[in-house]
Amino acid sequence: MMIENTFKSALVKTLSVAVMCGSAIAAGAAGGGGDYMQHADNDVGNINSLQRGARNFFNYCSGCHSAKYVRYSRIAEDLDLPEDEVLENFMFGQGKVGDTVKASMTPEHAQQWFGAVPPDLSLTGRSKGADWIYSFLMTFYQDEGRELGVNNKVLAGAAMPHVLADLQGIQVPEYETVTDDEGHETEKFKGFKKIKDGSLSDEEYAEFVRDITNFLDYAAEPMQMERRSLGIKVLAYMVLLFVLAYAMKQEFWKDVH
Amino acid sequence: MSASTEDMGSRLGRQVGNLGRWVDERLNVSSFYEAHLSKYYAPKNFNIWYYFGSFALIVLVIQLVTGIFLTMNYKPSATEAFASVEYIMRDVRWGWLVRYMHSTGASFFFIVVYLHMFRGMLYGSYRRPRELLWIIGMLIYLMLMAEAFMGYLLPWGQMSYWGAQVIVSLFGAIPFVGEALSEWIRGDFFISDITLNRFFAFHVIALPLILVFLIVVHLAALHEVGSNNPDGIDIKKNKDENGKPLDGIAFHPYYTVKDIMGACVFLALFAAVVFFAPEMNGYFLEHANFEPANRLKTPEHIAPVWYFTPFYAILRAVPDKLGGVILMGLAIVVLFLLPWLDRSPVRSIRYKSTINKVMLGLFAVSFVALGYLGLKPATDLYTNLARLFTVIYFAFFFGLPFFSRMGQTKPVPERVTGGH
Repeated sequence: MMIENTFKSALVKTLSVAVMCGSAIAAGAAGGGGDYMQHADNDVGNINSLQRGARNFFNYCSGCHSAKYVRYSRIAEDLDLPEDEVLENFMFGQGKVGDTVKASMTPEHAQQWFGAVPPDLSLTGRSKGADWIYSFLMTFYQDEGRELGVNNKVLAGAAMPHVLADLQGIQVPEYETVTDDEGHETEKFKGFKKIKDGSLSDEEYAEFVRDITNFLDYAAEPMQMERRSLGIKVLAYMVLLFVLAYAMKQEFWKDVH
Repeated sequence: MSASTEDMGSRLGRQVGNLGRWVDERLNVSSFYEAHLSKYYAPKNFNIWYYFGSFALIVLVIQLVTGIFLTMNYKPSATEAFASVEYIMRDVRWGWLVRYMHSTGASFFFIVVYLHMFRGMLYGSYRRPRELLWIIGMLIYLMLMAEAFMGYLLPWGQMSYWGAQVIVSLFGAIPFVGEALSEWIRGDFFISDITLNRFFAFHVIALPLILVFLIVVHLAALHEVGSNNPDGIDIKKNKDENGKPLDGIAFHPYYTVKDIMGACVFLALFAAVVFFAPEMNGYFLEHANFEPANRLKTPEHIAPVWYFTPFYAILRAVPDKLGGVILMGLAIVVLFLLPWLDRSPVRSIRYKSTINKVMLGLFAVSFVALGYLGLKPATDLYTNLARLFTVIYFAFFFGLPFFSRMGQTKPVPERVTGGH
């Protein structure tokens, strides 16, 4: 219940920051977001990154998280992957390719093990945004006060364990004391210090997380590439139509004095 | 062309002509066409502000057509609504395009309607004999707000849910009957499946019918009195020997071709949003609305969609809930009274005195500022700013009977100026 509550309040805070400021500002330096929010700099047009992101997602995330609006067949089509490969590598031979992504863990088990059911990730790329996901996965840190020994900067009191700890290693936050104009002293987050190395270098880990973020960004709006490419054609057509409409108007309005 | 095809062509032409006469004798299409298009004379000096009426019609058609297709796949049920919208976005062919057009259309409807209304304020289009035209327009605006509000519940996201919760609970501020009234609107003790169902019914049937009816009446009233123009003068005063206004040109073809040109620009802007920024940074589609409605999780900050925020800011500017609701209602009611509040000897802002220009400018600034503040959290600074702009907003309307007669007006020309 405690976890649930802190989780809730943290979620609500992040949510409200996002709503208040719009994604652009929220991603930068808004209110509580602050210094640990980082830019994902992901590119949904990068198919290779999406393929790696999908692989990472199905290896590390989909055990607990569903993506119930996302279909495997759609992933295969959009990411240029043969369906049998998707069946084998992402679905581990189970189910049909037209299925949506379900978590391996049941909600009952999740409640029992983590005190909360992991959220569905279909739309996290839109509700929270890419920068949020990226920063979330970058800012797990050691916190002995927590049940699972880890906490998160973006989502304080997160019920989620640091499933990528083997890759990232373990880090602790460092603070400095700042005195403001009125002489009040506050603890300010300075950055993280690595206390145990992971199997990936910092750059490799950032790339790994960026790929997952990219995949979730794509999954939240799978038609976004199609949307943009169609948009260019539609705009080109409108410009052409305008030229004709303008010429027609000029022709008719010759008589108006 | 051979003789026989020529013969066939003229025979076909004759037959079409006969059919036309046959119809005309039974339903006078020709006279309708003449009265409203080919012989409906509009002032020749319309400027850019005069496009927004036709743009509003375009958006109406977009909303009606895309709405029909959305209804084919949307499920008005608390358990299925959110998923059915995602189904439309992902699995229905072109569903995403239809949905984005509809969601973008909602915001564009308000953009063009606000500009259309402001045009009326600039050139005094609400003045006699167009008071009823203005009032019908205001009724359309009211219905549009109801339509948008109910439509926003349908995706059943967090903001849909909590936005509806907040707005419906406003009725609860009314003494004695308030609670019962909001319960009656919801059909339940909280926003629920029942509310969703009835809002769906209103959104797809009742309100569109009323809207279309009011728009027809709006156009009928317009064509009865004729369009105003940027000079605010009556073109019917100067007519030629055939009774055609000297400064008037036939709506068709002159304004049809001009509006087609304008429509291209408008649709290009519309497409730019649909294809490149359908969320418009969270202003057209709010981020929180990509999370399904959850009755147990109240968002800390609930803001209505941008087109309601000027009034929302007025509501929040008042410390007392009932007082806020009353003032918010009044902010809309005063708009209805505009034709009788303005007592200036001239219609158009072009010839009004300086103080009138300044006050209208202040009004426009305060409306936009209130819209901005309504999106922001109610901090002390923002609340005080909202109070300031609320005072300016009302000062414009309540001061209008007085300052509209003050200052030196410019002489109004006999004939329209500018032309095309």
